[in-house]
Amino acid sequence: MRYFLAGVALFALIVVSVAGFRGGLSRKPPIEIFPDMDRQAKLRPQTGEGFFADGLSSRTPVPGTIARGQPHLEIPLNTGREPGTTNFVEVNPMPITAELLARGRERFTINCAPCHGGQGDGKGVTSKLGMAVVGNLQDPRIVQQTDGEIFTTITGGKNLMQGYGPNLPIADRWAIVAYVRALQLSRLASLDEVPAELRASLNQKP
Amino acid sequence: MSDIFPKWTNRLPALVLAGVAVMGTAGVAGAWYYFTPKYTRVGYQPIQPVNFSHNIHVDQVGLDCRYCHNGVEKSWYSNIPSSTLCMNCHSQVLKDDPRLALVAESATTGKPIPWVQVHKVPDYVYFNHSVHVNRGISCVHCHGQINQMDEVRHAQPLSMTFCLECHRDPAQKIRGLEHVFDLNWQAPSPTAQIDEGQRLVEEWNVQKLDNCSTCHR
Repeated sequence: MRYFLAGVALFALIVVSVAGFRGGLSRKPPIEIFPDMDRQAKLRPQTGEGFFADGLSSRTPVPGTIARGQPHLEIPLNTGREPGTTNFVEVNPMPITAELLARGRERFTINCAPCHGGQGDGKGVTSKLGMAVVGNLQDPRIVQQTDGEIFTTITGGKNLMQGYGPNLPIADRWAIVAYVRALQLSRLASLDEVPAELRASLNQKP
Repeated sequence: MSDIFPKWTNRLPALVLAGVAVMGTAGVAGAWYYFTPKYTRVGYQPIQPVNFSHNIHVDQVGLDCRYCHNGVEKSWYSNIPSSTLCMNCHSQVLKDDPRLALVAESATTGKPIPWVQVHKVPDYVYFNHSVHVNRGISCVHCHGQINQMDEVRHAQPLSMTFCLECHRDPAQKIRGLEHVFDLNWQAPSPTAQIDEGQRLVEEWNVQKLDNCSTCHR
């Protein structure tokens, strides 16, 4: 019996030393103990293996086609330009509401603030990391741009900035345009434009 | 009459029973400890083709999860960003760094970077990211503190028990939408979490979905 117990203990020791403890670092993919139907013969997004020669399970649209539900009309909302011309639309085609501005603020903070800074002055965190040229959205040059031009810049990029069209839906891009306008106004407004009852609050520290 | 069986064999049935009991206990303990995602999945930390650090990008630089995983609020899966998105910054930041050569090449040629998927539920589990992040379940609940990881590590078991613990009592995890992508956020106290969770469960009409077809179809 003594030998038997010693044998069991030795076996347990071997198992623990080979298999380790829960949560230990492992470089190998997890073992699937009962692998029934765990991995099925179907394509999942962004998985490499499988059907297509180039290894892309998430396909790009066939050139010259537009997927269902994707914007296709040549209207200012989609293009930022007057129909039939290359002129930018003057004014944001979305109704400007508090919700739109809140959405714009959120999306600006996620997508734009890393470079352009929370106030749009071009002093985002990347300027400390080697990003040489970042546009200052408070610059009169940009303040004077039409809404459509800013929308087009977000969509397609400009100079060293790449386009955010693929990352941001159209409505979000217009929301950001509206919020950029609010940011600009925050620096350009005069004291007379602030309602009298709120003026005192301007000198308070938040 | 001489003994056919030596005397010690009288103890044999008891010894066999004891042996079976010891081995049975050891077997059950081993299966309990090892045959679970707490062992098989937790700690998985594959070597990635590009040594991308979430810690640097999220905690140090301060990027929001959604800068890169921009589909997570609308889609059932949380997308890996295209390598062109990396180049938004890395066309200038660490421009010629050899660690980013693969990303730059991928962005130019369109050849995908062979990232190794870390979190992988079985194919018969239909998990939807958007419905969770839009109803107050944070990334941190299932992925752990990704924001502190240099290499992504499988932090939670993602077993069925793990899902059901929360599905049976959502109030213990649900948080306000402003905290979903803030992985360092914690409720001020456990009771505050329950109070706030219960308030949100009522406000959003979050149901205790624990029938099979919630996740398996």
